[in-house]
Amino acid sequence: MAEREQIKKPAPQREQTEVEDAPAASEQVEELKAELDDLLDEIDEVLETNAEDFVKSYIQKGGQ
Amino acid sequence: MAVPKICGIETEFGIAHTGTDDANPIAASSLLINSYLSEVERTGEGGPAAGVTWDFEDEMPGNDIRGIAPLGSLAPEIETHLVNAVLTNGARYYVDHAHPELSTPECSNALDVTRYDKAAELILRRSMEAAAQILPPGQELVVYKNNSDGKGNSYGCHENYLMARATPFSQIVVHATAHLVTRQIFTGSGKVGSEAPGLTTEDVPFQITQRADFFEEEVGLETTLKRPIINTRDEPHADARHYRRLHVIAGDANMSEVATFLKVGTTAIVLAMVEDNVLPREFRFRMPVLAMRQVSYDLSLAKPLELADGTSATALDIQWDLLDQARKYADSHGLDTVGGSVGEMVIDRWEQVLAGLEADPATLAGQLDWVTKYRLIQGLAQRHDLRSDDARLAALDLQYHDLRPERSVAARAGLESLISADGAQAAITEPPLDTRAFFRGQCLKRWASSIVAANWDSIVFDVGDEPLRRVPMMEPSRGTADHVGQLLADCDTAADLLNRLRESGTR
Repeated sequence: MAEREQIKKPAPQREQTEVEDAPAASEQVEELKAELDDLLDEIDEVLETNAEDFVKSYIQKGGQ
Repeated sequence: MAVPKICGIETEFGIAHTGTDDANPIAASSLLINSYLSEVERTGEGGPAAGVTWDFEDEMPGNDIRGIAPLGSLAPEIETHLVNAVLTNGARYYVDHAHPELSTPECSNALDVTRYDKAAELILRRSMEAAAQILPPGQELVVYKNNSDGKGNSYGCHENYLMARATPFSQIVVHATAHLVTRQIFTGSGKVGSEAPGLTTEDVPFQITQRADFFEEEVGLETTLKRPIINTRDEPHADARHYRRLHVIAGDANMSEVATFLKVGTTAIVLAMVEDNVLPREFRFRMPVLAMRQVSYDLSLAKPLELADGTSATALDIQWDLLDQARKYADSHGLDTVGGSVGEMVIDRWEQVLAGLEADPATLAGQLDWVTKYRLIQGLAQRHDLRSDDARLAALDLQYHDLRPERSVAARAGLESLISADGAQAAITEPPLDTRAFFRGQCLKRWASSIVAANWDSIVFDVGDEPLRRVPMMEPSRGTADHVGQLLADCDTAADLLNRLRESGTR
């Protein structure tokens, strides 16, 4: 990380963005986790039931 | 001086024919597209111009920008016998290499390309629904907007940019390579595992792009074998004295509109900067093909890439430098050639995304495909305690790109929208206003029965009482609503139009 900081020319408005994005603590983390859980519930429902067969049978001819 | 960056995307979609042991991808792709064409003709929704075929007159995919094709290189073949339609939005919808492919109309800016790319998804979705009406019960055609089957077979999502013929090709190679290798950190669609020879899912559990595994050359003419980072196909579909078309084959198909927008928008700006010769620093990789994979495999975005001058830089370093140059370029030259205010939007989002990638890529879930997909892959693996080679993770990867609303994972992943539902819907049938696609689309919409064929740079009319008439459109920035809107409005028939064009001697 430190090494990259040295090479890079910082863009002027970047600092601002970082300040605005200051971490809103653990509350936000919990919220994101709950949201991901809901999403995974939904994905568990729509995922092909036999993943192995599905993945194996998805064969394409090479294209461009 | 930079020329307007007229641009577009051509996407080869993955296709699966389920419920049969007798699936043939070429037949399936033809059925898919023909189902759509019949459906739109039946409902009269003005989609495709029925009966108008693609005109292959100017197709020369074997021409090499370098003047001569190296011995042993394989010129692409044109398959003229397969279904090949022109749509009233100015797009081309056809079968290519055993895949359904859709090329957007020519657009003047990245936001329009994103809109027509979204419309393309809707067209493919309608095609699946139309095919379901024709297929026996239990069978289905399923379309995937991805670039690999996970077994070493890849199909492309290509971008095209209009460029000035006068710009030295060697300059394009240097700067476009630097950008195409490093932009992967925001253009990647993410992939479980690796398809590079000798690498397993254990070595590369997840990588940033679908395509990086498939590049073997730095510069070349091929698109299906020994793929090069810079493709030299010299087929401008425009006045070759003034223009070339840069055919970019190194990108992923994106589900995320933000990713598509940035992919096209940043590349258009970089190419405009090359034409105006304002990029002070050349980032030449010591091994570009290796760098392509290094970037794709490095989820930390921290590993330096070796440069030819002995120094090194990360993908982020190079992207920050290009962004800084773009800001200066906007001040010194303006952004008219890349869509004006859309160009400003590109630069602002570019900066925001680089800052996010630097701070914590996870903050870009919902904006970038690879981050969004990776979050779900990790979540599912943790929830069910899955090893990295578990088929459920590969299935989730594939299903992220499934275009069926009831199965699509991307549609559930909370991706940010840049395009309104109405805007995407309208783009299924309406051409862009500010390129020659307007002329093509309007003519097809109004006089399809008098048109026998069309392609990117001409339309062939048959008005009965005279020989076929080809109307050339060699200038991609002409034929816009401003330019020919009134003329078209004043004509009742195609014969009127041809007479008017003959009288004025212009188009």
